[in-house]
Amino acid sequence: MSGAYKPKVAVYKFSSCDGCQLSLLNLEDELLDLAGAVEIAYFLEATRAEQPGPYDIGIVEGSITTPHEEERITEIRRECKLLIALGTCATAGGIQALRNFTDADRLAENVYPHPEYLHYLTKATPISEHVQVDLEIWGCPVNKYMVLEAIAALLQNRKPNFPPYSVCMECKRRGAVCVLVSQGIPCLGPATQAGCGAICPANGRGCYGCFGPWPGANLESLAPALKDLERYPGEAMRLLRNFAGYAPAFRKAADSIKE
Amino acid sequence: MIEKIEVPALARVEGEGGLYIKLKDGQAEEIRVDIYEPPRFFEGFLQGRFLQEVPDITARICGICPVAYQMSSVQALESALGITISEQTRLLRRLLYCGEYIESHALHIYLLQAPDLLGKESALELAAVAPDVVRNALRLKKIGNDLLKAIGGRSVHPVNACVGGFYRWPDVEPIKALLPDLEWGLEAAQETVRWSVTLPYPDLELDYEFVALHRPDEYAVYDGDVWSSKRKPVPVDEFDKVYLEEHVRHSNALHSRTIDGNPYLVGPLARLNLNHEQLSPLAQKALSEAGIKLPLCNPYKSLIARAIELVDAYETAIQLVKNYQPSGKAYAPLTLKAGVGAGASEAPRGLLFHRYAVDAQGLVLRARIVPPTAQNLPRMEEDLKSLVPQIIQLPHAEATLTAEHLVRSYDPCISCATHFLKLRIEEIE
Repeated sequence: MSGAYKPKVAVYKFSSCDGCQLSLLNLEDELLDLAGAVEIAYFLEATRAEQPGPYDIGIVEGSITTPHEEERITEIRRECKLLIALGTCATAGGIQALRNFTDADRLAENVYPHPEYLHYLTKATPISEHVQVDLEIWGCPVNKYMVLEAIAALLQNRKPNFPPYSVCMECKRRGAVCVLVSQGIPCLGPATQAGCGAICPANGRGCYGCFGPWPGANLESLAPALKDLERYPGEAMRLLRNFAGYAPAFRKAADSIKE
Repeated sequence: MIEKIEVPALARVEGEGGLYIKLKDGQAEEIRVDIYEPPRFFEGFLQGRFLQEVPDITARICGICPVAYQMSSVQALESALGITISEQTRLLRRLLYCGEYIESHALHIYLLQAPDLLGKESALELAAVAPDVVRNALRLKKIGNDLLKAIGGRSVHPVNACVGGFYRWPDVEPIKALLPDLEWGLEAAQETVRWSVTLPYPDLELDYEFVALHRPDEYAVYDGDVWSSKRKPVPVDEFDKVYLEEHVRHSNALHSRTIDGNPYLVGPLARLNLNHEQLSPLAQKALSEAGIKLPLCNPYKSLIARAIELVDAYETAIQLVKNYQPSGKAYAPLTLKAGVGAGASEAPRGLLFHRYAVDAQGLVLRARIVPPTAQNLPRMEEDLKSLVPQIIQLPHAEATLTAEHLVRSYDPCISCATHFLKLRIEEIE
């Protein structure tokens, strides 16, 4: 491979917790090989060294929550041939988008003694609301092997092989007992994109939808069913209105069962 | 003499912030650590959420130390409800925390700070000349992540901890299967301490007020009383009577000071200096063999403190794994009632305080979170002020790197404090 062209990769952070880019550094067994296969040209969390753009692959973590971020994402789109939105903040607004269901100015007043010092947008939005995104990788946090698969697929000029089913399928595959059917625990597994390995049901709790809505989800029937199983008032609505709560399918389902 | 230094963004830290140094006649006229990380309003989102949702939400404050956020919040909420957790729950939480110390400290020691001391831009660049060092570092870190996964389902934002205990006891077999790796890690961590004392740290000795949790019977990580090197201990519930926050104009984070206005230091140096007698036996041995005189007052040498804590975390984890034999219920039942409760634990980068008020339905009325980096920000500014006289004669690039390195040595978690670390040093006429 020596002398072969290595694609230049840039990793950017917007409003987020850093957990999804950390997933790249958590590829402990693969990181050095990965660094051999691509040129890590810009990745502030890992290196001071910066290669100037343009880049072949841009990986963006986080959602757009400030006027400055709005400008920056447009510049980044211009310098990246392919743009990957990494994690549920980048694909659906993430936890930051909880502000979209309330009055952001009131939130600021509640948290900061001097809200006038702050610069923020009243809505937190996914990357795709601002620029064209070529591939979305969902998860809060992402599954690091899905990130590796995405990069490998791009290097081989093929479509990434992501699971086309819901968390329910992963749950059955690992032989976990269904928490919804056997214990009546509200669970978003039937409506949530697979990728996590069904870790919540396997730990005896309901899925909280952090990998976002599965395209085949039947939320029209699941949402009211979850409402019937509530253990405290508003549980089903809050389950939907969580880390992926601003994703259109979850948003609509939450609205449909609002008191 | 330096006129102006500008670095577009500080690397190898968690989050986006900036650093501004204005010089006049060789003295620092103004120093600011700016936080550009956008405000995320966690305390606001938490209002009206059910208390059992809190540990999942607060975990999202930081991808590197989610366990710290989960542990401080569950303790605060258990205190509000008047719940006492079982000893086996406490020990499993302590083990979960060992996993976080291992991954976070190994990451910071080798991937974030060591490149500064070895003249490299990154661990990847280091790997080109010392591949075995980097491979061992990655294995050291991975074992921490494996432990987090065995207990919590995944290493970033684990899912098993809840108010009252755990959703279910993790399976014994996958946890015990980690013992050979943990034994290897304990050796490698001791080697890390021996290596850490050979590195060329910049000289800087400062007079700190160290603040950390303390327990008489173990190295305080999960819980303890609030100790200071300069004032009387207080219980966690009184933390925010002594350590206060202010909102300053250049920052999206609140800054903390003591009640008498002093900046104070939290994190590995504070813990080591206050609690070294409680370190695990092999961590004590590593400390004494390294020939380190305490108190350790050089911020750059917090790397050594992290290395010693890495030994402690591995040794403690081995004991806890060997003894792990869960029985009975994994959680204490919740009886809802209105109340207020505080909780604190030692995140890898320092003390993390939470306080919640909940209503009789279990909904959060008020939330208050004091992250370690917000507490350390005024201290970072003081440190930089002390550093300025010794760097202004240095070549431009070296001065910049020395200041950047200082901030990095804090292992700042700027997403926590509310990323873009930007360094500018300017001289005004």
